[in-house]
Amino acid sequence: MSNDKRSAGFWFLALFFAAFVLFLYGPMLVIVVLSFQGPEGGLTFPLRGLSLHWFGKLAEGLGVVDIGAALKRSLGLGLAVMLLTVLFSVLAGLAFRKKLAGGNALFYVVVASLIMPSIIVSLGIGLEFRLLDTGLKWALEFLGMTSTSESYGTSLGLYTSALGAHLTWTLPFGLLIMFAVFNRFNPAFEEAARDLGATPWQALRHVVLPLIAPSVVGIGMFGFTLSWDEIARTSQAIGDVNTLPLELQGLTTTVTTPSIYALGTVTTVISLGVMVLAIGLARWLSKRQQQGKQ
Amino acid sequence: MNTRAASPPAAAPVTGRGIAAWWQATPLTLVFVLFFLIPLGLIGMVSFWDFNEYELLPDFTVKHYLAIFEGCSNTDEMCVTFKTYLSTFKFSFLVWLITLLIGFIVSYFLAFHVRSSNVQTLLFVLCTIPFWTSNVIRMISWVPLLGRNGLVNQSLVGAGLIDTPIEWLLFSDFSVVLAFVHLYTMFMIVPIFNSMMRIDRSLIEAANDSGASAWQTLWHVIVPLCRTGIIIGSIFVITIVMGDFVTIGVMGGQQIASVGKIIQVQTSYLQFPLAAANAVILLLLVLMIIWALTRLVDIRKEL
Repeated sequence: MSNDKRSAGFWFLALFFAAFVLFLYGPMLVIVVLSFQGPEGGLTFPLRGLSLHWFGKLAEGLGVVDIGAALKRSLGLGLAVMLLTVLFSVLAGLAFRKKLAGGNALFYVVVASLIMPSIIVSLGIGLEFRLLDTGLKWALEFLGMTSTSESYGTSLGLYTSALGAHLTWTLPFGLLIMFAVFNRFNPAFEEAARDLGATPWQALRHVVLPLIAPSVVGIGMFGFTLSWDEIARTSQAIGDVNTLPLELQGLTTTVTTPSIYALGTVTTVISLGVMVLAIGLARWLSKRQQQGKQ
Repeated sequence: MNTRAASPPAAAPVTGRGIAAWWQATPLTLVFVLFFLIPLGLIGMVSFWDFNEYELLPDFTVKHYLAIFEGCSNTDEMCVTFKTYLSTFKFSFLVWLITLLIGFIVSYFLAFHVRSSNVQTLLFVLCTIPFWTSNVIRMISWVPLLGRNGLVNQSLVGAGLIDTPIEWLLFSDFSVVLAFVHLYTMFMIVPIFNSMMRIDRSLIEAANDSGASAWQTLWHVIVPLCRTGIIIGSIFVITIVMGDFVTIGVMGGQQIASVGKIIQVQTSYLQFPLAAANAVILLLLVLMIIWALTRLVDIRKEL
């Protein structure tokens, strides 16, 4: 492996890798290309001219589905999930560095949530909120507030059950990243700060947080992109409204025009945009850190 | 500093830190209690309840479990439940085998054959980027390729290899497996690559120096040392496929049964106790698989 001439094995593996990358990206590229299909074009090749026709159709809405509203809902939820994932993961990551009673049990619960089939989590949360509804209605009637009880809808919703469902999926990634970060973290910096008289808060604010900042940005990116594309856990745990990926899943069977590819291009561009933003921010933060050291 | 050093016994700060740790872990703990543990408990409870068209009726009945296995004692013809599980196991096994092979080869190339660590990182990121894009989009992106008039059929007919388009390319077992491999090989690559990067390179040199062939080094040194990565990847892939209903739904043209799909359909008809009973059975099976696999590995040491 250390000889300079590449062996036949290397070329075989390199070819295999190239084929794998093509397999990963090829179909997505096809979608992007076909979303610029001309007005007469269909779902498959050949391309009949290039146009933005299908993006225009998308903006008008697909059938009964209001794409713009779904997009806004998913963006809002994604941002909320991102913020909470960052906050809760960093806090818990800090907690796990100390003596934490029950830490092991908590860790196994988090890992269990990560590998639990999503349909089960989703069903459970849906059930929980429906039972909560029943309980609330019963309580309201018991208290004699019949009119309130009748006008009460459901507690299932975007920022209640769906938010919780997303967090069960994003937080495990966040916590595992924090573990990876702190396993490689040199405690000497913190000790130095403490020896110099910093309070625990000062040590955290001025030493630990700046050092882990690039990874925290990474957690934020996980939080947003995983929420942005989530289907399985949201499916049974959301009320009357739908997120964008859920609408998209429904559209796969009903829409037979390249509009759906245009929608695919739009959501992929948003995912990629968030990734580029996160990577740029992480690099900027670590660069600033390097300069600080000099 | 002096006051700190002189400040009373170590016990006080230790409890202080313990309390700090406790409140720092509270938000995350609450999320998992509210949205994971309680829901799982409710599934267990409701699976024994009764229901009518309007509401759930608290009860203790095992009739939903009995209903699921109805007719399963018949030896002539397999019951629906067994058939569905068999089909789900089949997908799990096929996808596990293929993703393991591809994931191992890709990781092996990245870890041992790419010399520059910058190129290594770049290629690794290249493999993981699609993970952060929409799964549904990645599924439907196969339609223009595999459809009746898709690129593959057009090319094959154009080349005169076949007369009529192949039908089984899309909305079939084939397309389901293909989509799973496309979506989830990443879950194999990341842990296996991580394990490989931790292998001490001198071990491989030692094997080379002792006259081991490349194959022998691979089989007797690298594979055993990647065991943890392989097991973690396997847990991910198997549990995802076992509970899936989205991929099998979209890529199977809503025609192929799966355990996840049964649960989803029953939920949409508000037959919660039935769905819950199915979820309990699926959960027990998945737990058994994970338990068997985790006995071989400690995940925490791997990060």
